[in-house]
Amino acid sequence: MSVLLHFFTVIAVLAGAFCFLAGTLGLIRFPDALTRLHALTKADNLGLGLIVLGLLPQADGLWGVLKLLAVWLLAQFSGATVTQLIAAAAGRGDEAA
Amino acid sequence: MNGVDAALALVVSLTAFWTIRVRAAFIAVAAYTGCGLLIALVWVRLRAVDVALTEAAIGAGVTGAVLIAAAARLRPAEEAANAERPARRLRAVAAALSVTVALALAVLVLLPADPAPSLGREAVAPLDDLGLGNPVTAVLMVYRGMDTLLEKLVLLLAVIGVWSLAPDRFWGGAPAAPAIAGRNGPLLLAARLLPPIGIVFAIYTVWTGASAPGGAFQGGAVLAAMWMLVLAAGLARIPAVTNRRLRLLLAAGPATFMAIALAGFLIAGAFLAYPPGLAKALIVLAEIPMVLTIALVLALLAAGPPAGEPER
Repeated sequence: MSVLLHFFTVIAVLAGAFCFLAGTLGLIRFPDALTRLHALTKADNLGLGLIVLGLLPQADGLWGVLKLLAVWLLAQFSGATVTQLIAAAAGRGDEAA
Repeated sequence: MNGVDAALALVVSLTAFWTIRVRAAFIAVAAYTGCGLLIALVWVRLRAVDVALTEAAIGAGVTGAVLIAAAARLRPAEEAANAERPARRLRAVAAALSVTVALALAVLVLLPADPAPSLGREAVAPLDDLGLGNPVTAVLMVYRGMDTLLEKLVLLLAVIGVWSLAPDRFWGGAPAAPAIAGRNGPLLLAARLLPPIGIVFAIYTVWTGASAPGGAFQGGAVLAAMWMLVLAAGLARIPAVTNRRLRLLLAAGPATFMAIALAGFLIAGAFLAYPPGLAKALIVLAEIPMVLTIALVLALLAAGPPAGEPER
């Protein structure tokens, strides 16, 4: 059983890392702010989500599981907020975006 | 030193180099903030979690916010400043100084005395008598309490210094909150949803500081971030600098610490001494008002001097 769980962890974390790699590529290669944000949020949602999912079997009891989920939810929430802010700034044509 | 550490060291060096190399102030600040977060990871790898928390909260977070505001303010003058090139001799001297400092640090780190000088054993030995589990808190509040007390007073001086930059007609007014223009839905949601979580986390960080990594500065930084979020969403405004409650809260931390330090004369026979058995209780008592003071100071330092005429 534990071998299976370790295997699941390795697969899920690798898949998450791949999402981050793809998101980073998009961030560098995509032409404008909105498409770059699109790539970045995919990396945040899916990449971090898969890594957290993969780490769940390794967590230290129920509290460990809840902490990991809280990290994922907070990162999701702040990521989504910041993305909206940057997109709004890009829409206004702010130089900083 | 394994692969992860080597990669981390390389990326930190590259972002640090990028911070210096890039010409646009805004990008330099972004690189600097990223570099600070990576350095926090380095501190975690070195098992200095207290330092990592401080670096992430102060070095990257609050300093990043202050520098972004500075970059925005400097933007009109940036092109002219970038067009200037310092004299060759000046640049040579700056480079020589940088290389000297880097070499001296490298010698210190790479060729340490054997065994390396350490007060680690002495710092950990009295922890049980003090009732503390975190040696960093023991250093900050017990062994070097005087330094910490002065550091808090310096925070107040820094706020006074920033406020004193206000033009005469604005004195008595309120610092401008870094509000984002317009009512932004997602930001409003974040400013209403995150502060309860942040406040609980800040209280936890302070409370746990006695026995595990954490403390007043880290908790205060989290509180400051929550306040700045509420300010940015336009849900609250910074009170005028003459506001009595604001000033009392600013003075509360250092005043409580000073009172406890002076009480040491009566109950333990020396300035800043704690009677046996009471050390932890007194330290926690000193840290509670300190958190509020630190949170206020950090947010006020980021907000800058008063920027509006006082209401009469």
